[in-house]
Amino acid sequence: MAMNKIRGAFAVPRKGETFELRAGLVSQYAYERKESIQKTIMAMTLGKDVSALFPDVLKNIATADLEQKKLVYLYLMNYAKSHPDLCILAVNTFVQDSEDPNPLIRALAIRTMGCIRVDKMVDYMEEPLRKTLRDESPYVRKTAAICVAKLFDLNPAMCLENGFLEMLQEMIGDPNPMVVANSVTALSEIQHTAPETRALQVTANTLRKMLMALNECTEWGRVTILSTLAEYRAVDVKESEHICERVSPQFQHVNSGVVLAAVKVVFLHMKYVGPELAKTYLKKMAPPLVTLVSSAPEVQYVALRNIDLLLQKQPDILNKELRVFFCKYNDPPYVKFQKLEIMVRIANDRNVDQLLAELKEYALEVDMDFVRRAVKAIGQVAIKIESASEKCVNTLLDLINTKVNYVVQEAIVVIKDIFRKYPGYEGIIPTLCKCIDELDEPNARAALIWIVGEYAEKISNAGDILGGFVDGFNEEFSQTQLQILTAVVKLFLKRPEKAQGLVQRVLQAATAENDNPDVRDRAYIYWRLLSNTSDQNATKNIVLSDKPPIVTTISSLPPTLLDQLLQELSTLSSVYHKPPEQFVGQGRFGADAVQRAAIEEQLQNARENPLAAAAAAAVSGTAPSAQAQNNVENLLDIDFDGGAPASAQKEPTGELSGLEGLAGTPVRVQSPAAGAAPAQGNLDDLLGVFGESGPSHTSPAGASSGGAGDLMNGFAGLDLSGGPAPAPHGAPPNSGSQDMMDLI
Amino acid sequence: MLSGILVFNQKGENLIFRAFRSDCRPRLADIFRIQVIANPQVRSPILTLGSTTFSHVKHENIYLVAVTKSNANAALVFEFLFRLVVLGRSYFGKFDEEAVKNNFVLIYELLDEILDFGYPQNTETDTLKMYITTEGVKSDIANSPSDSSRITQQATGALSWRRSDIKYRKNEAFVDVIEDVNLLMSATGTILRADVNGQIVMRAYLSGTPECKFGLNDRLLLDPTTSGANGGRSGGGSGSGGGSGNKHSTRAAAGSVTLEDCQFHQCVKLGRFDADRIISFVPPDGEFELMRYRATENVNLPFKVHPIVREIGTTKVEYSVAIKANYSSKLFATNVIVRIPTPLNTAKTTERTSQGRAKYEPEQNNIVWKIPRFSGQSEYVLNAEATLSATTHQKAWSRPPISLNFSILMFTSSGLLVRYLKVFEKSNYSSVKWVRYMTRAGSYEIR
Repeated sequence: MAMNKIRGAFAVPRKGETFELRAGLVSQYAYERKESIQKTIMAMTLGKDVSALFPDVLKNIATADLEQKKLVYLYLMNYAKSHPDLCILAVNTFVQDSEDPNPLIRALAIRTMGCIRVDKMVDYMEEPLRKTLRDESPYVRKTAAICVAKLFDLNPAMCLENGFLEMLQEMIGDPNPMVVANSVTALSEIQHTAPETRALQVTANTLRKMLMALNECTEWGRVTILSTLAEYRAVDVKESEHICERVSPQFQHVNSGVVLAAVKVVFLHMKYVGPELAKTYLKKMAPPLVTLVSSAPEVQYVALRNIDLLLQKQPDILNKELRVFFCKYNDPPYVKFQKLEIMVRIANDRNVDQLLAELKEYALEVDMDFVRRAVKAIGQVAIKIESASEKCVNTLLDLINTKVNYVVQEAIVVIKDIFRKYPGYEGIIPTLCKCIDELDEPNARAALIWIVGEYAEKISNAGDILGGFVDGFNEEFSQTQLQILTAVVKLFLKRPEKAQGLVQRVLQAATAENDNPDVRDRAYIYWRLLSNTSDQNATKNIVLSDKPPIVTTISSLPPTLLDQLLQELSTLSSVYHKPPEQFVGQGRFGADAVQRAAIEEQLQNARENPLAAAAAAAVSGTAPSAQAQNNVENLLDIDFDGGAPASAQKEPTGELSGLEGLAGTPVRVQSPAAGAAPAQGNLDDLLGVFGESGPSHTSPAGASSGGAGDLMNGFAGLDLSGGPAPAPHGAPPNSGSQDMMDLI
Repeated sequence: MLSGILVFNQKGENLIFRAFRSDCRPRLADIFRIQVIANPQVRSPILTLGSTTFSHVKHENIYLVAVTKSNANAALVFEFLFRLVVLGRSYFGKFDEEAVKNNFVLIYELLDEILDFGYPQNTETDTLKMYITTEGVKSDIANSPSDSSRITQQATGALSWRRSDIKYRKNEAFVDVIEDVNLLMSATGTILRADVNGQIVMRAYLSGTPECKFGLNDRLLLDPTTSGANGGRSGGGSGSGGGSGNKHSTRAAAGSVTLEDCQFHQCVKLGRFDADRIISFVPPDGEFELMRYRATENVNLPFKVHPIVREIGTTKVEYSVAIKANYSSKLFATNVIVRIPTPLNTAKTTERTSQGRAKYEPEQNNIVWKIPRFSGQSEYVLNAEATLSATTHQKAWSRPPISLNFSILMFTSSGLLVRYLKVFEKSNYSSVKWVRYMTRAGSYEIR
């Protein structure tokens, strides 16, 4: 009766696919019914809405055919939400099934019940769940354990009232390892979503039970237990030692998830054991880590990102293993890039020859992005290992002689940093100057001009070179313009007789004919400094002062962030090198929060790592794609199949807010320190200091090719000299530091 | 953990959509299609949009995608996806679009069984095959309560990989030692990198619950001083320090190999191996991978390649590639394939070989030289010439490496040997064991 009424309400079409399916579902022949159910599921997968068939599918629920039952259940799980009232008709079957003599059916019933997210169903779950948690079959118990987590997700209050949490906690002592593992899994999930429940409190007793189950349960169970152990703080040194001892055999497991989880446990607990013992463990974890590098590329990528983190904390664990990180010709780019970074990290004076030969080989390949990174790596090695600097410079010169345009450009950028660290390579300047016509990227041009300005006294034709640039001043990128300005002033201070006219011309061009306020400001500052007659040396002290040396050009994470990330080993967070807050779960707090996070993440990505940027944003940081990204963002947040999340209800005009976020984007690019979170700001500063600039740098006038030394060059020196200060004292500290970066 | 598993074909059609959590919405399929499949620029296997992360692997012509909404365990997610591939292959032979389309009901059933609320459960092929079958008829077994309680016992037990009631008339065990030898040699002939990735695959047809012990000529195992150091340790893993210390001492035990690292199937008792390096296990029935290992010291390279490549002007490249077999003359390699890259603008080639056949494959930009049988200690030479067509855009040729493929029976590059395989069972039956060795080319490249 009730069924008929409802069917009437849906006004069924008399023909078409749905009609045929319906006819099949109510057929008198069992095989036809089963076939129709299969077809219905197929249609469901293809994205067709077959929810109208709900009552007819439901009729087939009471069957002895296990396969058919599973299909009906699958359908139920998908469409229960659209027919909450009808679900009640299925309850009886579920309750019956949960008492079936066949454990497979009991487990299936309780597993499916938990997935039908309808209040009515939840009300009937209590009894079956209680029974199955105490079932004689471990298979049913392990399924019921997970079901508690499902129930908690749906209705925490009910879960707590009925004491399911306590039952679950008892089940950590279950004789069956898989039941233990699933109980820990469920408890750990509840603990993470609602820490106040204190669902998973590891005691000496549960610790013992988990360590026992560790050796017997499935690989996935091991990962869960190991992750729990990693979060656990041992009460004393002895316990830490015990955990390490019991966990380290898992390094030999074939599943990389288990290996990384075990590494994580040992790495975190190692801090508390004696240094000798810690050293043996470090030694022990190296071979398994290396083995991960020969797995499938995707797993390799995760492993390499994690190895990168571990190396930042313990730089010497893999220093004998350079060769395994050599790139294979067919490695996917994301693996190659990461391998390069790791190779530079483990470079030392023993393996540097091998490394340089390898990097040179890479620099001759065809993938432009990879080649650039290889050249950059050579520069990083030069600055890291003093004894190798000469070899590095020679390698770079060899590369410049190949005359491949992008290789030359990248090499020049890199050589500029080497000049900053090691004096005595002025001899190669003529070689560099020969390439001047081939440079078309602002970065490379700026680097070469900086070199010319810095060594103006040693380059006889410096005036001619710079003169050429001054002639085309207004056609240059502003980044290059700033460098030309500085270089000409340096030349003038060093050899006033040669550059008198030049400096006039460039200041004229920069102040009168230029649109960029940064360029104009800097030109004015120089102008005033130069026209200051009271103290002749003041200008020299400022512009030509000694620069603090570069320590490294290898980017590393700030220590606090690194420690945080080490707690997250093997998770997505460790792959992105970002704390989890930056990419998960803020949807609940409003669409714009998510959007802001996404935009910020994207920007930071673009700044520090173009590859990760490509991962986070589908296309690297250009404006139209950012917009596409935002649209996607909105799609993600708006629920299209009922049960809209809070975000969509609060923000009905999600589309609009996305655009607002976009409008804000360029502002944030200009002053990263202002908009970003503290930790991120830190990183930004660091990145700026190291002159880190990916090809997809979003800010044209950003602090890119500069360095820490030059930062001091502009203003800081001024205060020391005590001369009249034209510096904008009123500027806020944040943007002040930004300006300093520009004043190279 | 996982919010859903999606399968796509190359065109981006959604073949399987299984949500495990309510936050995995049908819309996500479109987003993955637009953002990854339709976007050639995406190069990373992990993509996060908003708070949704897509992790994907490609197998044959399908994409397997895991959707996560939290800070999931990335290593576990990929391992799981690869396990899904393994399962698919063992069920359907080939896990491709066609297999997925023909068996989508079974795949849903499998997914339901191996993932619960997004947490991976038992993924052992043999166990799953007991109650999830390709022929619907067999599910009768699962329908009878007594059988299924046995099945569930196994699916969760400490020996989740083995049934208890296996019987064979003839008890046999086959051990295959398969090594992939990797070589990276520079153009000047220096070996940049040479190592071996080995796997030991076992096919066990043994009755009852046999306890196996397995021995190799692993030096740490053989070296009496090491085992003494390990035996005498007081706890806390101090013995392992002694072990790794020894590894770098003299190569005392002749005829033994040093394994850099090994990994075992989950049936192997890891604790036991860690303490006294004994490999003991109760094997699953049928074929499984017992262990994987890595060796980097004293790698015997089966082939020495001596290539001379001369670019003559811009119109011609001359090749002279000599290959010498470095193994005993009693052995021979089969299916030796040498791929010699040619410039992209190659117009035609001429080849002369002292053995085998060479052919130019324009679509691969390779000269492919095939030698079906390569006996030990012999040396073969290929001389070839590639004539280049004139191009307006003269771009440097990056010279990809020359690569080799081969397989050699009864030869191990690492020198690894199986010393014994002992089977202990209650009924004390005798068993026959067979060992086979094979070395294949992993990535065998000469620049």
